Amino acid sequence: MKSTLLALATPLFNSLKDLLPIIAVVLFFQILVLQQPMPNLIEVLIGMGLVVLGLTCFVYGLELGLFPIGESMAHAFARKGSVVWLLIFAFALGFGTTIAEPALIAVSSEAASIAAEGGAIDNNQESKASYANGLRLTVALSVGIAIVIGVLRILRGWPIHYLIISGYILVVIMTAFAPKEIIGIAYDSGGVTTSTITVPLVTALGVGLASSIKGRNPMIDGFGLIAFASLTPMIFVMAYGMLI
Amino acid sequence: MAILLELFNAFFSTFLATIKDVFPIAVILFGFQLLVIRRAIPNLHKVVIGFVYVLIGLALFLLGLEKALFPLGRTMAEQLTAVEFIMGSSDADLSLAGWVDYYWIYCFAFAIGFSTTIAEPSLLAVAIKANEVSGGAIGIWGLRIAVAIGVAVGISLGCYRIVAGDPIHYYIIGGYIVVVIQTFIAPKLIIPLAYDSGGVTTSTVTVPLVAALGLGLSETVPGRNPLIDGFGLIAFASLFPIMSVMAYAQLAEARKKIAGKPTEMAIDQPQQK
Repeated sequence: MKSTLLALATPLFNSLKDLLPIIAVVLFFQILVLQQPMPNLIEVLIGMGLVVLGLTCFVYGLELGLFPIGESMAHAFARKGSVVWLLIFAFALGFGTTIAEPALIAVSSEAASIAAEGGAIDNNQESKASYANGLRLTVALSVGIAIVIGVLRILRGWPIHYLIISGYILVVIMTAFAPKEIIGIAYDSGGVTTSTITVPLVTALGVGLASSIKGRNPMIDGFGLIAFASLTPMIFVMAYGMLI
Repeated sequence: MAILLELFNAFFSTFLATIKDVFPIAVILFGFQLLVIRRAIPNLHKVVIGFVYVLIGLALFLLGLEKALFPLGRTMAEQLTAVEFIMGSSDADLSLAGWVDYYWIYCFAFAIGFSTTIAEPSLLAVAIKANEVSGGAIGIWGLRIAVAIGVAVGISLGCYRIVAGDPIHYYIIGGYIVVVIQTFIAPKLIIPLAYDSGGVTTSTVTVPLVAALGLGLSETVPGRNPLIDGFGLIAFASLFPIMSVMAYAQLAEARKKIAGKPTEMAIDQPQQK
C-alpha cells in the first residue's frame, strides 16, 4: 500500500506541474484582461483537483497496463508470423476504437446539420441521423484502413514520407472537387479521431512491432500509425461529401 | 455534503460512460489475445489493475474538465468575442473593426492552445514512449513544448483566418508544402514522430475548448457563418505541430553543429532497446 502511494506521489506532482500553464492562462485573462470575477470559484477548484487526480491515475495505469499489453500483443503477433491476423487485428483496433469515439459522434451530428442547411440532404431528423451515422462509419472505416496501411509499412519498411506526401496530394485534389461546406469538417475530422486511449495503445503496438522485427528501428518505423489515422479520414470524409 | 453527493453521482455516470467507450477496445484486445494468439496474458493482474487505473483516471479527468475547465473556457471565449469587449462599447459598429482589433483573441488562442497541449494525456503518453525508444535523446519536455508551440501558433492563425474570412484550404495546402520541404531537410529519425504529433495533440482537452472559441468567434465576426467558418481550428492545431516538431529537431541538430560536435550523436542515433 505504501509503495503504491509513493509510486503515485511523483506523477501527482507531475500532473500538477502540467496543469499550471492552464491555471496561469485562466487567471491572467480573468483578472487582467477581462477583469471579471471568477464564476463558481469553488466548483472550478474542485474540478482542477479532479483533473490532477485523474491525470495521475491515467498515466500510472498507462504504464502498468496499456503499454505492456500493446507491446506484448505486438511481440506475440510478430512471433506468430501471421500477417493476415495482424492486419485484421490492426483494422479491428482502428475501426472499433473510432466508432465509439465521443468527439466523432459530436462532429458527425454537427456535419449533418450543415449538410441539411446546405440542402444536400432533407432537413429532417431521420435523414440527418442516417447522414451522421454514415459519416461515422466512413471515418471509422478510414481509420481502420489507415492502421492497416501503417502496420504494412512497418512490416515492409517503406519510408513514411512518400505515403504521407501522396496522402497530402490526394487531400489537395479532393479539396478541389468536394463541396465547399464539407471541407472544414473533413479537415477537422482528421484530428478528432484519435482518442486518449487509442493513441497510447496504437503507439505501443507500432513501437512493439518495430522493435520485434529484425532490421527495423523503433524510432523510424515504430511511430507514424497516428499520422495515417489522422490523414485518411480527411480523404474519406470529402469522398463521402461528394457521393451524397 | 450535498455538493459531495452530487459530485459522486456525476463521477459515477462519467465512469459508466468511460467504461462504455473503452469496452470495444477491451473486447478487441482480449478477443484477439484469447482466440488468435491463444496465450495467457503476461502479468494479467497487473494489466487489469492498470486498466482500472486508466478508467478511473480518465473518468476523474473528464469530470474535472466538465466541472471546471470547459464552462470557464467557454465563458472566456464568449466574453473575449463579445462586441463590447472588442470595440470597447456595445453600440459600436463591429464591421468597422480590422483584424488587428481582435488581438486579445489571438493571444488567448495562443495561450490556451499552449497550455491545454501541455496537459494533454495522449501527448504525454507518446512523449514517454519517444523518450524511451530514443534512449533519452528526445526529451519528454522538449517534445511537449515543441508540440505545444505548434498548436498555439496553429490555433492563433486559425482564429486570424476566421476573422479575415480566407478559405481554409489555402492555409492547409500552404502548410502541407512547408511540411514536405521540411521532411527532406529534417533529421530522418524525427519524421515519423513529427507526423504523429499532429494527430495526438487534439483530443480530450483541446478539442472542446478550441471548438468553443471557433464557434464564438465566427458568431461575432460579421459575415461569418458559424456552421462553415467555426470549423477548421482543429485542422490547424493538427498541422502546425508537425512543423514545430521537425523544427525542434533541426534546431537541436544545428546547435550541435555550432558546438562543433559530430551531428550524428543524440537525435541521429537512438539506442536500440
